[in-house]
Parts: sequence; structure tokens; C-alpha cells
Amino acid sequence: MTTINVNPDEWRRAVDRLASGELDLVALWGEPGAVCLATAAAGKIDVLALSCPAGVFPSVGAQIPAAIRLERAIADLYGLTPYRAKDRRPWLDHGRWPCRHPLGPKKPADGARPYAFLPAEGEGLHQIPVGPVHAGIIEPGHFRFIASGETVVRLEERLGYLHRGLEARMAGAPIAAAARLAGRASGDSTVAYAIAFARAVEAASGIEAPPRAHCLRALMAELERLANHLGDIGAICNDASFVLMQAQCASLRELVLRASDAAFGHRLMMDRVLPGGVTADLTEAGAEAISTLLLLIRARFPLLVDLYDDTASLQDRTVGTGVVRTTLVKQFGAGGFVGRASGRAFDARKAFPYPPYDALAFEVPTREEGDVNARVWIRIEEIRQSLALIDLILKGLPEGEVRTSPPAHSGEGHALVEGFRGDVFAWVTIRDGAIDRAHLRDPSWFQWPLLEAAIEGNIVADFPLCNKSFNCSYAGVDL
Amino acid sequence: MSMPRLFAEAFLKAPLTEAPPAPGDLTALGAEFAATARKRLGRSLSIRQVDAGSCNACELEIHALNNPYYDLERFGLRFVASPRHADVLLVTGPVTLNMRQALERTYAATPGPKWVIAAGVCAINGGVFAGGYACAGGVADVIPVDVRIAGCPPTPTALLRGLLTLIAER
Repeated sequence: MTTINVNPDEWRRAVDRLASGELDLVALWGEPGAVCLATAAAGKIDVLALSCPAGVFPSVGAQIPAAIRLERAIADLYGLTPYRAKDRRPWLDHGRWPCRHPLGPKKPADGARPYAFLPAEGEGLHQIPVGPVHAGIIEPGHFRFIASGETVVRLEERLGYLHRGLEARMAGAPIAAAARLAGRASGDSTVAYAIAFARAVEAASGIEAPPRAHCLRALMAELERLANHLGDIGAICNDASFVLMQAQCASLRELVLRASDAAFGHRLMMDRVLPGGVTADLTEAGAEAISTLLLLIRARFPLLVDLYDDTASLQDRTVGTGVVRTTLVKQFGAGGFVGRASGRAFDARKAFPYPPYDALAFEVPTREEGDVNARVWIRIEEIRQSLALIDLILKGLPEGEVRTSPPAHSGEGHALVEGFRGDVFAWVTIRDGAIDRAHLRDPSWFQWPLLEAAIEGNIVADFPLCNKSFNCSYAGVDL
Repeated sequence: MSMPRLFAEAFLKAPLTEAPPAPGDLTALGAEFAATARKRLGRSLSIRQVDAGSCNACELEIHALNNPYYDLERFGLRFVASPRHADVLLVTGPVTLNMRQALERTYAATPGPKWVIAAGVCAINGGVFAGGYACAGGVADVIPVDVRIAGCPPTPTALLRGLLTLIAER
């Protein structure tokens, strides 16, 4: 797999094909002196690179709204300007870094400036600023609401508070150290990120992990999906003040984490997937812990689904709340439960099949309503699918090695992996066995903007409910 | 009809809540802190959590403290929504430069006497992000830290042990 170097005309043609829906936007990121665009069509991902000697490139965001924040991040980090972009405001750069364009031609910092939030005009409108430090135990970000009485007229998100310079730390790092960093892009998706990174490195090195390692990775990925979906369902109900569901779901989630710990030696399974395979084999006791977990969840979870479905006061809060239209999820290419609850049946495990999912039978649940309730139901269905998948994986677990060593090689590779939240994209170039450049694209890039649309016309008090039903990653997009 | 069944179970079955871990080693705390914490804070603590650059794994495990297995509130420890109500700031992350001012302001908004816990490797020394252009490097580089809880992320048991140390009898 290699990047295709293109000229500005070819770049524009690709953007036109994105705009016409012929191609899907996968990722858009900066490199020193160049921009890269990953597009997908018919099960194939192409990476285009446009060299920008003048520091300018034709804007993608001018035609593809999903690319606007990606371009603003490129401008902040690399000093590359999208020509004819509609929104030139900084995104990651809050004026707090020692310099501007830390990954490109550095410029002296010019200090923090007030951020120009988008205006809304009308009689009786008021603003509500929230964050970056929120009331709950959640990640930092700023939400600016403009409300008319109780009704939200406009929400604008301002993120970037968690920018840790992760990709810069990965560049030049030995592969094992870079894998640790990739596993800390978004802690709740550490397995998904580790698999995406590992598959990208394997593609770059021209190796394949052993069959048993593929199965163990999928086992971890499905445990991660279970834990997060259980946690989310409880937390969504909690935001509708239905604490019983939260207590029950949090208990089940705890059992998933304990089984993961018993099977793989870490509650969140951090640093268990490495390029070439996995770090530790599953023991019989570990497999037993997972089988016991399946029994427990199968006994408890249907009760909780009934509880959710039978409680009219809860349904009253979730049905019809925070609706995202199908056209919008398609336009933004939103993945995960956000896309699938609004009729976009995309799942990287099906669209770009990778082992062992290419040999496993499972369904991708979709719904059309696009409200909080639909996003809860997608999670419920996916928990059922994950339970069945874990069964299949445990039953068909092949014997053999769990790791091959990647050779000290040079090359380029990418991978798209389905995390609990949606498709995680990883792209790497390696040189002599170390990471040269790396890019990670969180599914939330294409979900966060839709939250702004979902809350419009809803009451301010329903924002926590909508926000939790999206559960976008702050750390994953800020990096 | 699942609600009556769940309530019946709650009455009939033993609770899920587990015995707490032993408090951590008091000598791990600063001398001044060990002498004053219990006396000045009493047995009840209000905690304000601040994510100052975490990957959110620490938050997941802090969240777990509220599940029925750990049930943090039985110890008089509870999370509050505002630093104005807090005795303790529980800080995670390598303190990104973009969060530095928010952390300083949260600390300033917390009434004294107040204590700061740095939870997780990143909060202790910046972890894998130490030395990057976008991070301050550790909570102690920005505000004074009293207690450190190691781990990536710290397990709920490790967090509980660290928190119980604050209110231990001495």
C-alpha cells in the first residue's frame, strides 16, 4: 500500500467525487509540507498526498462539511492553509502552546485570543457557556448554547483541550512505544486503536498475525464493545434520572472488566495487542472466566432490556429526543451507533472485512428513527451480537502461536477497524523498524458535528441525554 | 414486569458491595498532610474530578468507584459537581497546555483547606506524553500535589485505597 502523489487538479477531482457521494471520506491529515486524503469506495481505501510547497491546498471542507474541523486541525498543527475554506478559526490551537504550527514551519506564539463563536440573532436569545470543566466525571470540552427560553437554538462545540501532541510523540518512536501511545488515543477504545495500529504496521511490514492472534484480538474487541455499550446504556438512563438501570448496567460492566482482567491481565486490556499479534495467550482459566461472564450477562441483560422497554417515563425521555436525519449521517459519513441508528448500515467489520470477522457470521443492526431511543436499541442489539461473536470465537479458537515479530522493514500501511464507537482509521509509515509518521482518525470526528444538529430544537435539559447517547470521544479527536 | 423482580432480588439477595481494601501506607503521604488531613477534613470528603489531559481510561475507572461493587459513598466520599463544594481535587492526565489555565482556575475556586490527588501515571509525571510540546508534564508542575495514585489507569481498588488513606484514623 502506498500513497498516490497527486497534483492540485487530481486533488480537486477527488474532492468532487467525495461531494458527489462516489467516494467516502475516511481521513484528512497533515504531513510536513503535504496534506493526505484517505477515501473509500467499494471496499478499497486510497490515500492521496498533495505536496504544498506554498503552504496552501485546495479546501476539502469547502465542499465536504465533515472535513472542516480536520482542515482547521491541519492549519493549526502544520501551518498549511486550506484555500477557499469557509471557516478559518483555529481548532486545536488555543494560543497556549510555546509556538504556532508545532509540526510545520514554527512561528512564534501570539497568545490566547477570544474565540469567535458563531452568532445567533433574535429577540430574547441567551447564551449558556459550559465547560471545559464539566459537572460530571467526563472529559473536558466547551459547549456554547444559544437558547430561546428552554429551547436550544444553536449549540457550538469547542474542543481541543485534550491535545497532547500524540502523533508527534509517535513519530520516530520504536514500534512498541508507538503502540502504547496508539492505545492511549482514547482509553475507552484502547483495544480498537491497538488493533488498527497493529494492522497498519503489519500492512506496512507485509506480515500477517497468526490466526490465533486474530481471534484473541477479536475477543478483546468484543469484550471492549460489551463493556462500553453496557456502561453507555446505564449512563443514558441515568441522565434521564433512572438510576436503577445505571446501577444494574454498571454492575454488569464491572463483571466484563473483571473477566477481561482474568483473561488478559488488564481490566481495559491496554497494551495487549501489538503489531505481529498479541502479548499474552488465553489460558483455560481465562476462557472459563469469559464463558462464565456470558452466562451471567445472558441471565441478567434480558431483564434490563425489559426494564428499559417497559418504563414509560424513561421512554418518554428517549423517544423522539435528539433526532439525527439519515441524510445528515450519510453526508458526514458517521459510523458506529450514531450512523446505524439513523439508517447508515456501515460497519468496518463488514465493509472492509478483516480476520477473523471475514469468517464469522454476525449482523449489523440498523434503525431509521435516529433518536436517543434508537441509539440505545442499536447498543442493545450489538450487545446481543457481541455475545454471540464471543461464543463463536471461543468455540473456534485455533491452536498455535500468538505473535510473529515484525521484521525491521520500511513501508506504509493503513487499517480501518470497528471500535465500539465506530470505525477507527490508522495510517503509518515505518522506517528501519521504527515509526516514521503516524495518523489516527477517531470515529467521533464525523459524529461530534451531528450532536450540534441533534440538540437543535430540544430543551437544554435534554442535552446530557443526547450527549451521552452519542458518547463521542474528546481525547480521540484532540489527540 | 422486570422492575418488581429486580427490587425483590435487591431485598432477598446479598449486596454486591465488597469489603474495602486496607488504606494505603500513610508514610506515602506528605508529613504535614498526614498530620492534618483527618483532623481537618473529618471522615467525609467531597471530591471534584478534573480531567487535565487524560485519555479517559482513568475516568472510566473513577466512574467504576460509584458502581455497586465499590460503592464509594458508603465511606462518606462523594463526587461533587463544583470545585466550590470540594475538599479534594482528583486530577488525571499530563496537564495539557490547553487545560492548564482551567486546572489553575479550578484549584483557585476550591476553598481551603484543600488537597490534590494526582491519579494515574500521566498525572504523576506526564507518562507517555512527558516532554511533548503540548503538555505541562504532571499535575505537580502546575498545582501542589498531596497524594499520588499510580497505575495506567489506576484500578478502582487502587483509587479506593488512596482515597481511604485520606480519612484513615491515625
